[in-house]
Amino acid sequence: MNLLVVVSRASAVYLTCARLAPRHSKHGPKQEVERGFFAMKKQEETANRPDNTAFTQQRLPAWQPMLSAGIVIPGFVIIGIAFIGIGVALFVTSQNIQVLERDYTGVEKDSPCFKCTSSEAKNCVCTINFSLSQLFEGPVFFYYGLSNYYQSYRRYAVSRDADQLSGDVSHFKAPDSSCTPYEYSEGLPIVPCGSVANSMFNDTFKLYQVVSGQRKEVPFDSKGIAWWTDYNIKYHNPIYNGSLKDAFTGTVKPPNWPKPAYELDTQDPANNGFHNQDFLVWMRAAALPDFRKLYRRITEGDYAKGLPAGNYSLDISYNYPVLPFDGRKKVVLSNVSWMGGKNQFLGIAYLVIGSLCVVMSLVMLIVYAKFKFPEDDS
Amino acid sequence: MLRWIRQQLGFAPPHLSDTRTVYIANRFPQQDHYVPQRFADNRIISSKYTIWNFVPKNLFEQFRRIANFYFLIIFLVQLMVDTPTSPVTSGLPLFFVIVVTAVKQGYEDWLRHKADNEVNGAPVFVVRSGSLVHTRSKNIRVGDIVRVAKDETFPADLVLLSSDRPEGTCHITTASLDGETNLKTHFAVPETAACRDASQLEALSAVVECQQPEADLYRFVGRMIVMQQGEEIVRPLGPENVLLRGARLKNTKEIFGVAVYTGMESKMALNYKCKSQKRSAVEKSMNTYLLIYLGILLFEAILSTILKYAWQAEGKWDEPFYNQKTEQERNSSQILKFIADFLAFMVLYNFIIPISLYVTVEMQKFLGSFFIVWDLDLYHKESDQNAEVNTSDLNEELGQVEYVFTDKTGTLTENEMRFRECCINGAKYMEINGRLVPEGMMADCLDGPLPQLGREEELFLKAVALCHTVQISYDHVDGRKDHLPHANGASSHMEYYASSPDEKALVEAMKRMGVTFMGNNGENMEIRTSGGSEKYKLLHVLEFDANRRRMSVIVETPSGEKVLFTKGAESSIFPHSTGGEMAKTRVHVDEFALKGLRTLVVACRRFSGQEYQEVEKRLHWARTALQQREEKLAEVFGFIERDLELLGATGVEDKLQDKVQETIEALRLAGIKVWVLTGDKHETAVSVSLSCGHFYRTMNVLELLQQKSDSECAEQLRKLARRIQEDHVVQHGLVVDGASLSLALRQHEKLFMEVCRNCSAVLCCRMAPLQKAKVVRLIKTSPEKPITLAVGDGSNDVSMIQEANVGIGIMGKEGRQAVRNSDYAIARFKFLAKLLLVHGHVYYIRIATLVQYFFYKNVCFITPQFLYQFFCLFSQQTLYDSVYLTLYNICFTSLPVLVYSLFEQLLHPHTLQSKPALYRDISKNSLLSFRSFVYWTLLGFFHAFVFFFGSYLLMGEDTSLLGNGQMFGNWSFGTLVFTVMVVTVTLKLALETHFWTWMNHLVTWGSIAFFFIFSFFYGGIIWPFLDTQDMYGVFTKLLSSGSAWFSIIVIVVTCLFPDVIKKVLYRQLRPTSTQKSQMHSDAVAIGDDLIALQPLSRARTQLGKISSWRPISAAVAWIRRTVSRGVRACASGWGGRRSG
Repeated sequence: MNLLVVVSRASAVYLTCARLAPRHSKHGPKQEVERGFFAMKKQEETANRPDNTAFTQQRLPAWQPMLSAGIVIPGFVIIGIAFIGIGVALFVTSQNIQVLERDYTGVEKDSPCFKCTSSEAKNCVCTINFSLSQLFEGPVFFYYGLSNYYQSYRRYAVSRDADQLSGDVSHFKAPDSSCTPYEYSEGLPIVPCGSVANSMFNDTFKLYQVVSGQRKEVPFDSKGIAWWTDYNIKYHNPIYNGSLKDAFTGTVKPPNWPKPAYELDTQDPANNGFHNQDFLVWMRAAALPDFRKLYRRITEGDYAKGLPAGNYSLDISYNYPVLPFDGRKKVVLSNVSWMGGKNQFLGIAYLVIGSLCVVMSLVMLIVYAKFKFPEDDS
Repeated sequence: MLRWIRQQLGFAPPHLSDTRTVYIANRFPQQDHYVPQRFADNRIISSKYTIWNFVPKNLFEQFRRIANFYFLIIFLVQLMVDTPTSPVTSGLPLFFVIVVTAVKQGYEDWLRHKADNEVNGAPVFVVRSGSLVHTRSKNIRVGDIVRVAKDETFPADLVLLSSDRPEGTCHITTASLDGETNLKTHFAVPETAACRDASQLEALSAVVECQQPEADLYRFVGRMIVMQQGEEIVRPLGPENVLLRGARLKNTKEIFGVAVYTGMESKMALNYKCKSQKRSAVEKSMNTYLLIYLGILLFEAILSTILKYAWQAEGKWDEPFYNQKTEQERNSSQILKFIADFLAFMVLYNFIIPISLYVTVEMQKFLGSFFIVWDLDLYHKESDQNAEVNTSDLNEELGQVEYVFTDKTGTLTENEMRFRECCINGAKYMEINGRLVPEGMMADCLDGPLPQLGREEELFLKAVALCHTVQISYDHVDGRKDHLPHANGASSHMEYYASSPDEKALVEAMKRMGVTFMGNNGENMEIRTSGGSEKYKLLHVLEFDANRRRMSVIVETPSGEKVLFTKGAESSIFPHSTGGEMAKTRVHVDEFALKGLRTLVVACRRFSGQEYQEVEKRLHWARTALQQREEKLAEVFGFIERDLELLGATGVEDKLQDKVQETIEALRLAGIKVWVLTGDKHETAVSVSLSCGHFYRTMNVLELLQQKSDSECAEQLRKLARRIQEDHVVQHGLVVDGASLSLALRQHEKLFMEVCRNCSAVLCCRMAPLQKAKVVRLIKTSPEKPITLAVGDGSNDVSMIQEANVGIGIMGKEGRQAVRNSDYAIARFKFLAKLLLVHGHVYYIRIATLVQYFFYKNVCFITPQFLYQFFCLFSQQTLYDSVYLTLYNICFTSLPVLVYSLFEQLLHPHTLQSKPALYRDISKNSLLSFRSFVYWTLLGFFHAFVFFFGSYLLMGEDTSLLGNGQMFGNWSFGTLVFTVMVVTVTLKLALETHFWTWMNHLVTWGSIAFFFIFSFFYGGIIWPFLDTQDMYGVFTKLLSSGSAWFSIIVIVVTCLFPDVIKKVLYRQLRPTSTQKSQMHSDAVAIGDDLIALQPLSRARTQLGKISSWRPISAAVAWIRRTVSRGVRACASGWGGRRSG
């Protein structure tokens, strides 16, 4: 410590020299000698003198704001009013969003999907009917929802192999150990490995509009339901002799999957492997135990403007078991605004905080008027 | 052999005998039984590390710190157990902290190495085989004869053999050792003094026997055995024969000396002090709070573990179909799993202990202390000294001082003595215009010729002129071999140098009065009076010591009489006096003391021839003794200095330092109790106390003096206590003397403390150095544990400086002992006000807020992580990404608080100094009180809950937040919480910041911007070396959601809203005096530069700069306005305080 103080002094001396230096050069050589001598002497006398700069003397120019009532009260009023305005806008926006939610777990005996809950049921399809009294404005988004499902469970969430999913073929032969317990099956590597992939949601839905007794299928758009970055950059199918299937030779499908990854979508060959959008949606683990995932969008044909009023029926091929862990399954139809789906919270939060700001500014005003700041000159 | 091994291994001390024998020029005896002794080489090593041991040694020292060790353990746990975060998350910050500290310590050590190398490589001349050999300082061995030329420093502790003067004397200055700038004469033994060149020294055969090395600079016991013509001559060696390493040769062309102590065994090296380990109150409470946080951490970890098992008791949660366990997991033992889970939770929550707290605090203290060194207001122009900081650990303690213990001489006073009055043989005289005028004589005779001095007067003056150890230096000594002045007029060039300012003042006064001391030429002291010059043979000097409190010389007068002159404190002379005007002198001495003069009493004793022989014999015996020389000398001195005949007394004035009164007043207004501890007489002390404003005239002065017995002392104390109770309106002052104090402390400590606490001023006189320290300890350890500060300038204050919580050294005239042992050193007492009221205040505010904020921001950081466990089945899932976990403390939130803690000023320094009462606002560690700690912690928890549940409510409705209907995942959730947190935590500090320099703006907004830029960057690239790409695209996606933006805004506002309300309401309803002054000073300094608040001297220099760019006329008017305002402010500042 002491030494450093010495060093700082030395630098002070150096600075003194530096400051004196330009002075010499202004004069002729003869004067310079004299001046130099004088300067040397002076420097010796005040070698320890600290520099008189704003920084060393802690006099840097500074803005010194103060939270006095005079600033805070108007500030609060402005913030409060702005928040209330935003809150109203958000609330109204949120109110205008239409949502239709149907639980299809089949817990109750009279629900249409009850028959599919028994373990014997194979390839069970149940149908839910609903009717819309007015136009459900498009584009309509079709979600499925799960409850009590912990995708954020640590051992579950980490059970995947990022390199394998990015198409690294070496990880097709030897998946990362984080994939346990779904790393190998009967000696062969599982692709895609890990718990998350293995537990992929496999209920499928078909929506029909019932027009005068006839079921007319509502076309689903399965594009654009996964994140753009996931689809285009993060996940890649391995390229092997131009065939996706060949790349998967020497691997086995996850035990719970009915079909291997390259046959996920039989209609659209591009929607297979790690570019299957349902797979990508599933792989983005939800934060909380009750979550929704986007299933399809309704953007085409007669339904581009939305679902017209009328009766609809939804065919569900019921495969995914949730009752063992007290889970629930549901489907949700929703349209969105610029701020997403129906979300009351933001509007209410803004209204509450905005009103609080206004109220508190009133309280402060009263306090300010009653307890005038005590002038103290002593 | 065995012993040799043990010595090599360092088990056995290498020196087994009490003395060491040094063979001059290393001519060892030829006998067979001679065992060479091993001595250290002449290398000075002040560095702590070498290149080889730096890494292990430094790591070892760093991990001895409990916090570092804790993080090491966490790191190791992460390596061993399956934990949620990778070892990097705690390894990297730990590495960062360790590296920063290591770099700092390495740099300091490198500087030490450089200094060492410079010293060790310095060229020296050594006599080897009859000629001078040029070598390096580190090669000097014990026994080498070293030649030192004029103005060089001595490379080792040498025993002087000879100098270029025939009598073998030389002059040295020990300024770098103890700061005494006077010249000291050192002597060679007569037998060796003759050997004045290398060849003669070669022929010298002598042995030095001396004690083993010890640190005391003023002690050396040894003897020299010289073989001359076959017989051994034994000569005593004392400190006056030794030239210490570090001292400098003056006025002497060259000397030869034999090295006796070298390298690390030299007295200078032995005096390298290891730093006192003082810990500040802030650090203590910081450690307590760390423990509390450790408790919170353990609690959270245990709770989580228990809940995890409670939850998992049901199989459906423990192992749902989608999340199967491995065989190994199913089969491992429950207890092991439980422990592993507990450790995993510990790792998950470990960031609640702020890892970078210590390193930030250290950097803050280290960098912050430069402001003390740089402060122009603490710079003393006359002596060209700025403040020194010897330890930066105590900066904030300066803001917590409750008791100031100050020395008097040299601290409150200038230690610049002026002779005023004297008493000769019972008659009083005073000095007027350089003449000694008897009391009662009026000024009319002043112009007349010099009155003839009476016999007594002359004897007295001569006694004073002879009885001292003053040295003379001449302006141009170089050219002259004989340095005594020859003719008249030469005396104008001469200047006296003395270690004691009193002596100097006395000798100078004698010169003015016509008895001029002309210097001592070897054995003779020469004085010149009106009657011509007289030579006195100086036979012995009985040096001053603090126990005897007197010094004497024995001289042989020109008439052949042998006389002892003594001067000293009256208490140490009167008891030994048998003749002279005792009663009258005593009255006069008391009178001098009442005027605040320092008194010395002068006496003499004439020896008969027989007596003198006895004296001579005893002195020689004591001086050559190798064991217990001090005790023997004291005994002999006592024998000599008795039966004295009183000659008179002197009164010397010591001027008060500048602004002492204002400073003491300011300290008192700041709620600091000032105690003066002095060695002076009671009367002197009281009068100085009165004149420096420590005591008032209106004060009721209580006395506890000259108590002889325990019971008497207790009785007196009780009486005083009663008086205080009866009369509690008046302020009380207490005077205690050393003897009574030791009685009071022995039995009645409590009672004494009671009395002291109720006195606003306490004065302790007649104090021995250790007693000073005892008083400080008594107060320091009293039940309230107040923070004490001791300030002093002399070596007698060292013990008190070391004992007090903060020790301040005054760079005075009594050497650098006090400065070296102090924590801070200043040039003048008046600087104490700025040091405490301004620097202490700002440092305390800075560091206290720093500490609280650190705890707060880590609570904010880790609590959402804890809350998230409730939503992930206590599976130790992290909420934030590992990189965010790692960088939160070292990148995103570290700089604003560091800059805050370097530059924050709640009030302008001038306001702080002119309103000392503001100091009370922060007394008793108020900003780190348990209450405010709880407040900050709860605030942290509150913010954490708002972050977490705000985000939860937003996402928990499980609707899409994106315009394209897509959903977010868990990393988006964590990133949202983290973003809100970084913004809130940074803005919270912005709310606390009152002094926004450009640097604060830069780091505050810079930190937030950096977080955003970093996150874009981090989430925008597939990092090839990372295992997971969890964060890829997350941040961009989050910010593309309008809802996320709106929620960030509303959550941040919600967090800060109550804090702002609280601040405003408190400021309005219960403003602290700091806040009041803030309002006030704002009114003064409206809109413009702070010139109006600066001291005028500085305002002027600023104005000079400004006028160049302002229209001159406007500037003049404006100057007039501000200057007059400044003057008025100053006047009312001081004046107002007097009345209050």
